[in-house]
Amino acid sequence: MSADYEPNIVAFLCNWCSYAGADLAGTSRVHYPANVQVIRVMCSGRVNPLYVMNALQQGADGVLVSGCHPGDCHYMEGNFRARRRLGMLKSLMEFVGVDPRRFHMSWVSASEGHKWKEVVEKTVEDAREAGPFEGFRRQQIDW
Amino acid sequence: MTEKPKVGVYVCHCGINISATVDVDAVAEYAQKLPNVVVARTYSYMCSDPGQSLIKNDIRELGLNRVVVASCSPRMHEPTFRKAIREAGINPYFLEMTNIREQCSWVHEDKEEGTAKAKKLVKASVAKARLLEALESKEVDAEPAALIIGAGIAGIQAALDIADAGFKVYLVEKTPSVGGRMAQLDKTFPTLDCSACILTPKMVDCASHPNIELMSYSEVEKVDGFIGNFDVKVRKKARYVDFGKCTGCGDCAAECRVKDRIPSEFDQGMGKRSAIYLPFPQAVPAKYTIDPESCLFLTRGKCGKNPKCQEVCRAEAINFDQEDEIVEFKVGAIIVATGFDPFDASRKPEYGYADYPNVITGMEMERLVSASGPTGGKVKVFNSEEEIEPKEIAFINCVGSRDKSVGNEYCSRVCCMYTAKQAHLIRDKIPDANIRVYYIDVRAFGKGYEEFYDRVRRENIRYIRGNPSEIFKRGNKLVVKVEDTLTATPLEDEVDLVVLGVGLEPRADMRQVMDLLRLSQSPDRFFLEAHPKLRPVDTATEGIFLAGCCQGPKDIPDTVAQAKAAASSAMIPLARGKVMIGAQVATVNEATCRGCGFCVNICPYTAIELVTVNRFGNEVEVARVNEALCKGCGSCSAACLSDSIQPKSFRDRQILPQIAALGAMK
Repeated sequence: MSADYEPNIVAFLCNWCSYAGADLAGTSRVHYPANVQVIRVMCSGRVNPLYVMNALQQGADGVLVSGCHPGDCHYMEGNFRARRRLGMLKSLMEFVGVDPRRFHMSWVSASEGHKWKEVVEKTVEDAREAGPFEGFRRQQIDW
Repeated sequence: MTEKPKVGVYVCHCGINISATVDVDAVAEYAQKLPNVVVARTYSYMCSDPGQSLIKNDIRELGLNRVVVASCSPRMHEPTFRKAIREAGINPYFLEMTNIREQCSWVHEDKEEGTAKAKKLVKASVAKARLLEALESKEVDAEPAALIIGAGIAGIQAALDIADAGFKVYLVEKTPSVGGRMAQLDKTFPTLDCSACILTPKMVDCASHPNIELMSYSEVEKVDGFIGNFDVKVRKKARYVDFGKCTGCGDCAAECRVKDRIPSEFDQGMGKRSAIYLPFPQAVPAKYTIDPESCLFLTRGKCGKNPKCQEVCRAEAINFDQEDEIVEFKVGAIIVATGFDPFDASRKPEYGYADYPNVITGMEMERLVSASGPTGGKVKVFNSEEEIEPKEIAFINCVGSRDKSVGNEYCSRVCCMYTAKQAHLIRDKIPDANIRVYYIDVRAFGKGYEEFYDRVRRENIRYIRGNPSEIFKRGNKLVVKVEDTLTATPLEDEVDLVVLGVGLEPRADMRQVMDLLRLSQSPDRFFLEAHPKLRPVDTATEGIFLAGCCQGPKDIPDTVAQAKAAASSAMIPLARGKVMIGAQVATVNEATCRGCGFCVNICPYTAIELVTVNRFGNEVEVARVNEALCKGCGSCSAACLSDSIQPKSFRDRQILPQIAALGAMK
């Protein structure tokens, strides 16, 4: 692990809570590391577990999925689905030898700008500790 | 998709909001080289008229068919740019926004880092934009009716406005009467209007209005559907009194065996009522209700030989066999006006509210000074044995507000003023009383408030700056321990009565409403509005609006203003009679769907069903989406074994290139 290693993190945020929470962090001018790039989806339940693996294959060192707090899903139960699917994926990742610190799930509501900062910091820190991901990289294609 | 994608990328400076931390020219230069990008430009304010014209001209002149705008959050300006590109003649869903303000320039300090991240995000957006598809929003009919939850002053005002405009209103109130907290107040600051006098005409109006269906003592059980088409289920709780027959004469309450033994909620527990009761004399509807928790017959199955209320009721309205009734109806819009709870003063044990009867809350003081209150408007307290008129009276402000120790950082906005008003009312009733107000800061911000505060101070009411640390008993007196922070003098102030200026809190049962309507909370735990400044009465869910203290502490003028605002917003779909429904719904590739039905079980809106189709001469089952019910969450897609069901605009083939773009740049 090189000292100047900056982890590359792909995050999937639900439109209603976490994306809005991340927007609030911006409006409140909360500063956090620039390593996390966000892909907006309507619901954390949209996140196919394969997206997480795909991101790692494509060059990410860590992946974050964030949705509404359990029970607060804009679509009633999408985040429960996400919690199950991705929870299972996390154990599977461990099983196939991917450092579990590379994958985080969090619940950030539309009013939790500060929590979003903490989640980003924790995700980046963990991915940094885990080091550059050298696992099953896909051959890089420049579309 | 036959046309080759021709993408235009527009990078916004947003004044210096973006350009201070992101080198926008470098981002545009980088974007210019991305595949399929025909043009990349920067502009100071892309959302401005000239900014939009820039995009529109390029669409017309360069034949762009995809647009990427790198600016603020799509939650802010997506509709603006959708409209702009539609005006220039391309499908509004051929737009992808890159959030380089809220999630980039505002949160990063290093310009190099910010620029690098913005480039990556733009690359991902271009990758997705190339694969966007044209979508059409559909219009469906909107039900010309509204549901209003809560019949305090906010709910009443909104109901009257909508009903006067000619639409049907279902006004649902949990308690037996409309009126809410305002009905409990004596006078209102700063004009000293009698609260009941200005409220009761409105209460009566909303009960008699031909367009308002008032459902008191009822609760909303379930809400399904979407803007224009909400299906509502309401439980009308059993009153055990025939609503049609009850004349409101009150004979039943006079004869009730537990008469004057049940604490009256309306009088803050200081007055007593019967088990069969009218919450207060001006209650609307003027129909009696049996409280199932205190009625002897309902709790023990026996009340003397025969329940007395039944014996004396000449209208034969008492019916112990009555059951809850479920009512279902359809509305086009919903207004939430569920109000607040006063702060529970026992959570500040140092003030002894639970221990000393002469420590009361502002709400209790309202009932005490009210002519219709438990003491007929006489301010009296029990001094151990005897009843006395208090001569030494202290008010304490900010109880449960601006106080992190109880989790309420916010200012409740009304306590300074109601304290001033109560001090004034006591000065009227007990001219020789010594009245002082302990305050942290006085916030008299509304129209006529500062003038009123000034008037009260000149009525020989002392304002002492200090936040009391403790209240304890010494002989027959209460001692307020406090430091006067203006003179740095510690005081032990002996008084007869302490009035706690309790703040406003979110209702204890707010979770129920949140679950019902999928609403969110702001950090202060009140309901969250869609935008704090520009959409203060909207929620994240279209067609659901907020009014009054459920959104945050408010005085009556602000509550009424917000109720009128919510009513006018709610009337937009009702008046149009049509609503646009989302185009970003799920769609099934019937050629690859294997008909397993996983998606059917997963869909929380029952929007998917299995239908039989003919595939090459074979009858097979495939999933089909009802677009009117689908909300486009995409949960079905993540579960699909063959990737056959896909939410439009968030398809795998649109998201995967985004992932690739973000991952690939190491």
